[in-house]
Order: sequence, then structure tokens, then C-alpha cells
Amino acid sequence: MRIDGKGRIDRTRRVSFSFDGHRHTGFSGDTLASALLADGVRVMGRSFKYHRPRGAMTAGSEEPNALVTLGLGAAQVPNCRATTTELHEGLVARSQNRWPSLGFDVLAVNDLMAPFFGAGFYYKTFMWPRAFWEKVYEPAIRRAAGLGALSGQPAEDRYERAYAHCDLLVIGGGPAGLMAALAAAEAGADVILAEEDVALGGRLLAETEEVDGQDGGDWAAEMAARLGAMPNVRIMTRTAVTGAYDGGTFGALERTAPDIEGRPHAPAGCFWRIAARRAVLAAGALERPVAFPNNDRPGVMMAGAVRAYLNRWGVAAGRSVLVFGNNDSAHRTVADLQEAGVHVAALVDARAHATCGHDVAFYPGAQVTGTAGRRGVEAVCIATARGEERIAADTVAVSGGWNPTVHLACHTGARPVWDDRLAAFLPPEGAVPGMRVAGAAAGHFSTRACLKSGLAEGRHAAKDLGLKAPATDLPPASDGSFDILPLWQVEGRGRAWLDFQNDVTVKDVELAARENFRSVEHMKRYTTQGMAPDQGKNSNVGALAVLAEATGRSIPATGTTTFRPPFVPVPIAAMGAGGKGKTFAPERFTTSHAGTIRRGAPMIEAGLWYRPSYFPRKGETHWRQSCDREVMMVREAVGVCDVSTLGKIDVQGPDAAQFLDFLYTNAMSKLAPGRVRYGLMLREDGHVMDDGTCARLAEDHFLVTTTTAAAGAVMRHADFAGQVLRPGWDARAVSVTEQWAQFAVAGPRARDVLADVLDDQGALDDLPFMGCGPVAVGGVAARLFRISFSGETGYEIAVPARFGASLFEALVTRAESLGGGAYGMEALNVLRIEKGFITHAEIHGRVTAFDVGMQGMMSRKKDFIGKPAASREGLMDEGREQLVGLKPVGAVKELLPGSHLFNEAAEPVAANDQGYITSACYSPTLGHVIGLGFLARGRARIGERVRAVDHLRGSATICEVCAPGWVDPEGGRMRG
Amino acid sequence: MVDLVEMTPCAGLVPVTAGALRLTEAAPGWVTVLAPYKGQQGALGRALAQAHGLGWPEPGEVIAGKSGAVQWFGRDLALLVGPEPAAALAKHAALTDQSDAWAVLRIEGPGATAVMARLTPLDLRESVFGVGRTARTDVAHMAGAVTRAGTDAYDIMAFRSMAASLVHEVAMAMRRVAARTQ
Amino acid sequence: MRIPCPLCGMRDLREFSVRGAALPEPEGAAWSAAWDDYLHNRDNPAGESREFWYHGQGCGAWLVVTRDTVTHEIADVVLAGAEAGA
Repeated sequence: MRIDGKGRIDRTRRVSFSFDGHRHTGFSGDTLASALLADGVRVMGRSFKYHRPRGAMTAGSEEPNALVTLGLGAAQVPNCRATTTELHEGLVARSQNRWPSLGFDVLAVNDLMAPFFGAGFYYKTFMWPRAFWEKVYEPAIRRAAGLGALSGQPAEDRYERAYAHCDLLVIGGGPAGLMAALAAAEAGADVILAEEDVALGGRLLAETEEVDGQDGGDWAAEMAARLGAMPNVRIMTRTAVTGAYDGGTFGALERTAPDIEGRPHAPAGCFWRIAARRAVLAAGALERPVAFPNNDRPGVMMAGAVRAYLNRWGVAAGRSVLVFGNNDSAHRTVADLQEAGVHVAALVDARAHATCGHDVAFYPGAQVTGTAGRRGVEAVCIATARGEERIAADTVAVSGGWNPTVHLACHTGARPVWDDRLAAFLPPEGAVPGMRVAGAAAGHFSTRACLKSGLAEGRHAAKDLGLKAPATDLPPASDGSFDILPLWQVEGRGRAWLDFQNDVTVKDVELAARENFRSVEHMKRYTTQGMAPDQGKNSNVGALAVLAEATGRSIPATGTTTFRPPFVPVPIAAMGAGGKGKTFAPERFTTSHAGTIRRGAPMIEAGLWYRPSYFPRKGETHWRQSCDREVMMVREAVGVCDVSTLGKIDVQGPDAAQFLDFLYTNAMSKLAPGRVRYGLMLREDGHVMDDGTCARLAEDHFLVTTTTAAAGAVMRHADFAGQVLRPGWDARAVSVTEQWAQFAVAGPRARDVLADVLDDQGALDDLPFMGCGPVAVGGVAARLFRISFSGETGYEIAVPARFGASLFEALVTRAESLGGGAYGMEALNVLRIEKGFITHAEIHGRVTAFDVGMQGMMSRKKDFIGKPAASREGLMDEGREQLVGLKPVGAVKELLPGSHLFNEAAEPVAANDQGYITSACYSPTLGHVIGLGFLARGRARIGERVRAVDHLRGSATICEVCAPGWVDPEGGRMRG
Repeated sequence: MVDLVEMTPCAGLVPVTAGALRLTEAAPGWVTVLAPYKGQQGALGRALAQAHGLGWPEPGEVIAGKSGAVQWFGRDLALLVGPEPAAALAKHAALTDQSDAWAVLRIEGPGATAVMARLTPLDLRESVFGVGRTARTDVAHMAGAVTRAGTDAYDIMAFRSMAASLVHEVAMAMRRVAARTQ
Repeated sequence: MRIPCPLCGMRDLREFSVRGAALPEPEGAAWSAAWDDYLHNRDNPAGESREFWYHGQGCGAWLVVTRDTVTHEIADVVLAGAEAGA
């Protein structure tokens, strides 16, 4: 029901929306909850477990009951709090956890079964049979209990994420936050003022307070304008700070204003990471309920929320309100309601000593013991010194005191401190480095005290930042002392709720205590109290007070559970913004990418790189056909392959040779300029890190190649060696992976292809196997290397990347004219397995140079990384698993990488394990399957038979152990 | 003999516009990594001054001159951007040609800083990162460099191979920012 | 967490990667008890710890970061190897 003349809404702008299919109208400035209340809708949801009808209990983000689903289809968002949902034209909201309708919910029968559904009932009830756990019980329980549901359809990535930086982050834009921001900003600090509400002002928007001689809300608006005009202040409304992390980093969730919805690319929200040198927590306080019987009936509301609906939105929560409290918040509520002409049925004050200045039925020293009504409160039972009384009322405004919002001060592990005078937990001092707490969050409950502490903490922060704060006047405002009589629960008939969102009652907590779940952490998990999306904002303190009573301990001795981010629910879509589809990870494309796609090659990922699997030709219907053809093309004619993805590092300087000797096991200083050598790198622990080639371009200029997979790791390794291990040496390593487009040209006709593209053929004729030198292609300076990963005559030619696409076309066209063409990763892999060359399938991190048969490459004459560890006896033990070749010799002709090797006669069990297969392929050159693997004492077992067993895929193959390398083992072809 | 045709890293990907924001590819010319040898930083600075009218930069600094600029590029590293490096520099530093290694994008227009805030964890406040400052940093999970070319203009460098991802990320952030301010 | 890089200033954690305790490499190219300790027998202090961090998404510098593993407070950051002279 709207009250004329009240509220901070714009009555000239009507907004229509729908709730459960019914059309409603509200005003600009309404929330969904205020508009529904104004339209007389009280039941906004059904409870989690018992399906009890529930109405809005609060007017903020702590709301436990009024959760709705917004939007339709893939974009629908469940569990939105109606109390913070900005009303906008065309808003579609639906209630949750009810069937068939909110008014008539079949599963409300759960409520009648409540005696069987207490805390821990699942653990006790659904024990047998075990087979029913996941198939029957869990689906049934999940259907019966719950909140909103996702659409199940893939959702568009509608969130974004961003970073912000400031000197001072002020969390909360109420009176304390406004003053803190002003004081620091006037001192010259860069200030971010984050407020989860749509407007600044905090409680001032919900009260009839005066500040500086004017209406508190108007004062806040004036302050907002003043701060907004300062270039060093950034006001972030609709932004809830969700977590405090190390080093002054904060997470914050921004909801975008509804008016941008519908624009192309408009984000639904933004997850901010804010880095702040200092912070002032001015997050206010949350009013807490009292656990009296049937305190969950629609119409039972926090007293502060009743005032908020009245003063901010011009809505009377009911026609006849009974106010119940243990502090002065109750009296203020009576005053506001009466001033607005709303009937107050009674003021029930738990404090016997309280006095009342209002013309109202006043019951000091009394308590509410229950409520009655069908779909909401119709009558309230109270207990006074004289006995029980029943009072007609449709609304109960409750205040059990105020809990300072200490959460962010506790996110790095500290526990809040109990304060007897306020009957509340206060933030621990200095718990988050650089953070100070102001206003109600620090236990200052009067407006004046909030303004004063905000000003003081803002000035303090400025001083900590090395700034001098000019004098800022403290605006006059009302002051007052805080008087409270702690009251957590009221005895009576019926259940008294603590956690409304998870349907946890006083009895559940008492049951937990009886069953010896006496630690607050155990109670929480046993009862699920505090584990709903509101994370117990309305119930944690009350529940632990009940637990304290039940276990005969004090509240501080009982303690709180751990506070963890996020402070308000954050959609996974917001935290993971940009982590989907094309933006999941950067994609790296070679210069030949477009040409490769044009040739129809399917791409495979190699780290971040995309490389061609194979290049299908007309008539080829299976990858193996293409792969086999490409292998034979290289063996018999010529193939072209983009190898730009391999890491390339330029090493220069007077100590370059010495530096490379240190990185590689073998001596690169012995390499003559113009020559290339294969090299092996070890980690400090003596195991193989990577392999590659090292070309000496000039006396003090080397070019090192790494594998595609290890390029980043090798650069990091080289930086560590240069900066930390041998900082005195004069050698500079710079990655040139991106500078050069490099292509392998391999096969008996490779020379013909190159002769056709090089400006000067002479360079080609003079280049020996494992030689390198400068050449020119169409006038462009290029580098030519004569190296082979296929076993055929092989070259690699590198040009500056801008010419890569063009050179790829030129090479492939010429290769095609000679009966060759481009080849992909599948063929590349077959070619190298046929030669017994290793990749990271073999050097997977647990093998030594000895294991791959390269112990001879470990120089005895010089120092290198990994040498001491590699010299350990155990790493060169003959019994180790050693690299071997394998070929099937029995009836079964397949070899599967990952298979384990066993002696032919042995049972294939772990105890008899002899090794494993790392790579396997069909060799079109040989006409059968071959593989590489590691076998215990393998090099001494050439010619023996072993059994390869793949337990997962159910395959067993008898193999002969061979020397790795089948095609041209003497290497005459690649040298020739 | 072949005629090789050159292609820029962002060919076909830019320009992109969104509202008043514009993304284009910069053509920096020669880009050379200067890695001074031990104790040669001062001498290299003098050689840069003599040959190119430039000098050796402090961390985060860009020294701009008529012929080009020297841009700080990491621990004991700088880029010479614009001119072909004078031979005299090679005495004091390892010179590595990187003219083809980097995609360089220019984002400009009101809101460019808001776009950058969606891409990099860098502190972009003018008091910290003013016009002419440069930083090596993370740009949409890519190791890159950001240089402030104006109050509302930035040059972004990322690996050439990542040009498509970079353009996609920047364009998306531009459209999101434009949608907010439209 | 944020790390003040001596070259780049205060930077977000995501630009860095950690290697482990900043221990001096043992002397000698032969296997020894010192090498064994260096590789395998490391402390796991609750409190002050000196670690190697790499500013890989930044300036490429290796750093020695002194930090408290309990409070996550960073006491000191220097360029690794700087003591050997530039």
C-alpha cells in the first residue's frame, strides 16, 4: 500500500512488470520487492525445505526469503533478491521452489512432515539400501528442496571483468563512507567509493534523519554530487565489494544499470578487481531477527526494513503493524509509522525498563511468542508479566539488535570480537593490513557517530598515504546512546526460525548440540545453518547464541564460523567472464594459418598454437589415407611443413658459447660458425628438460631452437641461468620465435624446391648436413639450416614473419609440382617415429639422458645445469627403463600408446610391469605398426619378445623389441 | 626466384570501431631489441644519442625523438622503434631484429582507458602511467607491452601469432564500453 | 597478492610465477650431500621465506621475494643475481 507524500521514488514515471505472469505497476526508483508490497503481494517465495510461504523480510542484499528468477530462456537468472532488483520496464520475475503455483504448492506437505525433517535427517533416514543413494534418494531430495534453477541452456557471455586502482577504497556509501571519501579526497587521495545500492546514502535513504539541517537523503545526494565533481573520486554504485584479499586487492561485483539492457553487447555486470593502498570499511550494520515461534510468516519483517519501505519507497508494509524489539530501533519504527498514518497495533519492548513517548499500546518487558494466520500474519501472541495476549496485526516489525557488517575485515582469516555493550561482534583491529573500519560497521550506531568516525578514518587513511588532510567540518546530526537487552529466542509452541533461507530452526541447533555437534563449525555443517546463498547474514549470530545457550557457554567462547568471500552471491559467469569460447585462452596462429585452412586441413592444438593435422586431398575419406600419403610424399618426393611454432632464442655476446655450454649437456663452444648441433638440456634434478638444435650463426651469435611445448619454459630457464646462476657472464638471450616464419622442406626433391626459391643456388650447394647460413629469397634476407627431423634430405628455411604466408605458398606450390606438398602433424609424427626420434611423448619429465640413450651427450669436461644430479648412480642404472622400438609380431597388430609392457610369460599386473609405450603409429614406409617405449634394461633386450597390454582399452599385443629407428638407421639419406 | 609479398600482423582484422573508440594497426617500422652487454648501458646510451638522437631509457620510459623512439622493454632491455639501428650500437649491445615479431595496435577515443582496464591489471591512473610511459604487462592473458600515447590513446603490443586473439579481446572490450556510454 | 617489482612497481600476482626457495646453488659439479639438500630437503617455513619469483608477464626479471607465508606480507623484493654486478 502506497503512502502519499512518502518515499524517494519518481511518481511521474510508472514502470510495468510481471510477477508469476501477473502484470503489476510500480514507480521508477522501486525495487521489485517494494513494488510488489505496494501492490499488496506479500508471498514472494517458498522456503527451501518445508515450502512455507515467505515474504520479504529485509530491504537489502541480506534478504533470505524473497528470491526470484529473472528473465526468460537461456538468459534467466535464478535466486535474485527481489529486495535489490531494480524495477525496470518489462521486467519478468517468477517465484521459485513451488509447484504448481506460489499460492498452492503441493510440496507444502513437507511442512506437515516437519517432525521427521529435522537437522541431519538425510543422514539418518536415507541409509539403506546403499544403491538408492544416488539413484533414488538424491534426485528426490533435490526435487523436493531447493531454490531456483538454471535454464540448462548455454548462456551468452554477458559479463565482463576489469581492474581498478586507487589510493583509498571506501566500502559503503552511507554517512560514514561519504565522510571518509570526502576527507581523503580533499587531502588529494585517489578514492574509489563503492556502494552496492543504486544510490549513495545508506541508512539515510531509509530513515527520517536530518544531517546538516536538511533531510538526510538530500544531504547524501548533495555529497554524491560534490564527490562526483572531484576528479580524484570515482563513485561506483551498484557495486558490492565481495572479498578482501592479500596486498590490498578486493573483488567487487557491479550490476549494470537496467536501462542499458537490450543494447548490443551491453554487459549484465562486471567483476572488478580493485587494488587499493588503503581501505575504509563502512559497510554498515544488519538488523537481526529474534527467533520466536512462527517468526517466518509473511508479514514478519525487520523493523529497519519496515522503515525503509515506508521512507524510501512510500510503502506501508501492512495496515496494522505490531512492533517488537529489544532496542530503540523499535521506537523509531513506531514514530515513523504513526507519522505516516499507519496504524501501530502495539509496541512490545523486551526491555522492562523501557519507556515510551508515543501514543501506542506499549508492553515493556514483554515478548512476542507466536504468530497466526493462513498466508501471512493475522494475529500476534505476546507474553507479558500479566500473561498471554493475542493482538490482531498483519505485520510484525522486529528488531533484535544490529550486527556490524564485519565480513570483509575477516576475509583474511581474523575472527570478530564480541562486544557486550552492543551485544554484537565487532571487526578485529588491523586484521586486513591497510584497512580501517568506520561507522556502524565499527559499532557506531548514531548518525553523528557514523559521520564522525567516517571523517576520522578518512583523515587517518589520508595521513597513512602521506597526505595532509585539510580541516573538514563535521555536519551536525542526531546523536544518541545505544541500549539493548540481548534477546535471541523466545520459548513457545511451534518452530522458531534462525536461518530462513535454509529452513533451520532453534530446535535443529539444539538437536545438534544434543548430538554433540557442539563446535560452531560442526553445528553449521550438521544443520546447514549459514550455508545458503545468504551465508547466514541473518542467522549466524543468532544461531551461535542459541548454541551457546544449549551448551552452557558464552557467545565469545562459542565463537563464529569462518568468514569467506564472497560477501554477496557472485554468478560464476561474472567471475569467469571472458573465459569461454574464443577468449578461453589466446590462440596462436602461424603465418601459414590462412593458407592451411584454405587447403582444408583440420587443426589441432599444440599448447596455444594451432597446427594442421593433415592436408586432405580429393578422394581421401580417412585421416590415415592423408597421413600415409604425406609420409610417402616426404620419403619419395618432397614435403613442406610449418615449423615456426618451435621456440627460437637468439643468444649473443662474448660469453654466449660458454653460456650455451652451461645450458646444454653437450659442448656448443666446439661448434664452428655456420654449423648446427643437436642438443639436450637437463633440469637441475638431472632429468631431461628439452631438446633442440643450436646453430652458430657467428662467433658470438647462436640461435637455439626448443620444442613447441617447452618454448616458454626454456626461455624462463635461460633467464634464470643468465640472471641468477651465472650473472657475471656476458651473454644475452632474446626470444625470436615470433620474428621468423620457418618451414621444413624435406625429401629427396627438397633441394629442387629450394633451388627454385632461393636467389642464389650456390648457397644451397655449399651447405653441408648440419650446416646453416644466410640466404636471400626474392631479395629478402633469410636463414637456411640443413637439418632433418624426418630422416630425409631436409632443410629449414626462415624468413621474417611478414613474408611467411607468401613463402609457404611458394614452397607448397613448387613441392606440389614435384609430386609433393604440405604435410601435417600426423605425418610429421610418423616420420620421426620411423626414425626413432624423440619428442615430449618420450622426454615427459621423468626420463634421464641415460634413459633415452644419450648419456654420451653429457660432457665430462664442462659444467652444465643438471650435471651433479644426473651423475647419481641411480639415474644411470642398467636396470632403468630405456628407450626401445617395438613392433608387433603376433596375431594382434595394434600398438597403443599408454600400454604397459610385460614379459611374455608374466601375468600382466603392476608387480610385473616392465615399461610402457610412449608413441605408436602405422608406418606406411614399413607396412606395419611400430612404436617407441621404455623397457627395463631395454637396450640389452633387442630381439626379445614382450607383451604390450592396454588394460583400459582391452588390448594385448606380442611385440619384438627393436633398436629405435627403422628407416635408414645409418642416416645416409639425410646426409646425402 | 620468387616475389615474396608482405603481410602485417593484423591484416584483415582492423580497423574496428565502437562508438567513439577506434582500433587500428600501427606500423612502427624497424623494431630492434637492444640488450646491452655488461657495463655497456652508458656507452649504449651515448651511441643512441649520437646515431639516433635518442638515449637509454629508465624503466617504464619512452624516449621519443625525430627519427624514432627508444622504449624500455624489460630488465636490461629496450626497443629501438623506427630507424634501422646504426652499426655502432652493436659494439655495446646485442641487437635483435623484432620488426616482424609484434602486433602493434593503437586504441584511441574517449573511454580508451576503460577499455584498457578490461584487458590489463596495470595501474592506468595518469599519476602512475602518464602519457609517454610504457610497461610490460599482461594483456588479456598475453605477455605484451602497453604504451600510453595520449590521455585517451594506447599502443598495445602482443606476439604476432596472437594478433587475432588480441584484436578480438580489444574489440569486445570496446563494444562493452561503448554500450555503457552510448 | 601484489608484488612490488623493483623495475615495474607494484604489480598483480598474475604477472608472476614462483620457482621456490631462493637457495644458493651448491658448489661443485659432483653429486654431494649439499646438492641433495638443495634439491630435496627444503624447509617449509611458516613465517619468513625467501623465494625466487619470475616476472614473466612483465619485465622478465628474476626476483628474490622475502615474504611471510603466514600473513602473506611482503617484506622485500630485489632483483635476483644483482649482487654479482651488472
